[in-house]
Amino acid sequence: MTDEHTAHVDTQVRAYMVVFVSLLALTVITVAIAKLHLPVALGISVALGIAAVKGSLVALYFMHLISERKLIFLVLIFTVIFFFGCLLLPSFNQLDAVRVP
Amino acid sequence: MSEAIPYTVEARPDTGVNNVKIGIWLFLASEVMLFGALFASYILLRLGADSWPAGWNELNVNLGGANTLILIASSMSIVMSWASLEKNQPRRYRIYMTITVLLGIFFLINKGFEYHEHIVEHQLPSTSTFFALYYTLTGLHALHVACGTLVNLYLLLPGFKMWKRSPEQFTNRVETAGLFWHFVDIVWIFLFPVLYLLP
Repeated sequence: MTDEHTAHVDTQVRAYMVVFVSLLALTVITVAIAKLHLPVALGISVALGIAAVKGSLVALYFMHLISERKLIFLVLIFTVIFFFGCLLLPSFNQLDAVRVP
Repeated sequence: MSEAIPYTVEARPDTGVNNVKIGIWLFLASEVMLFGALFASYILLRLGADSWPAGWNELNVNLGGANTLILIASSMSIVMSWASLEKNQPRRYRIYMTITVLLGIFFLINKGFEYHEHIVEHQLPSTSTFFALYYTLTGLHALHVACGTLVNLYLLLPGFKMWKRSPEQFTNRVETAGLFWHFVDIVWIFLFPVLYLLP
């Protein structure tokens, strides 16, 4: 265990602290905004937008994606493409429904 | 005669990552698709419904919010348990891992209270599409929390013996369990607003 390695881990721990506090703050903000009872489209966009930021923080820092190898990103790029493809399928169903008289 | 894949924490020269890490990320990719299919079902059923209840009218936002904070805290504690091993501090590791296990159990107890509340009020999966989705999504997620907690408990108690024999491999195991646990946290980060907070 070198001093350099310990110092590197300490730097990471400081980043974890900042991320942790940010996640707590964003959770409080999400609930507070929900209590404003915004219009449906705006409410969904804001809630999911904040969730996306929180999820990214966890993935980048806690899961170390920020310093991960290309191969892992390659796996994730395919996953993201298929994931959003999966989410878009119901929208195609809606488009079909519009054509039905 | 097939050769067993070696359990090594050394990065492979061709991929730059070790076998364990590529394995857990591929597993998590399949998990993303599992939950992705369920989120797609949510979108399909919600778009096709004539009306949809606001989450805060049907569910207990305070309990859901408390569970969000619990999982975020557990994500922090498990990453700190890994950092403790990296700094050769096994005692601190055990403290942080104990906190992680306890938070996982608190989450499940909290979820149990929530389910109990709904069952008493006859809000069952058969009550409405909203509740069918609620029980399916949160039930599958709770199953993941339970499995993750069992793995973390193993790494805290019997699995900890490996630390003396092979600290690098044990640290690698904790990091891998942590990746799964963070994934479970991310799923809840999306489930909470989708089910509890959307109008």
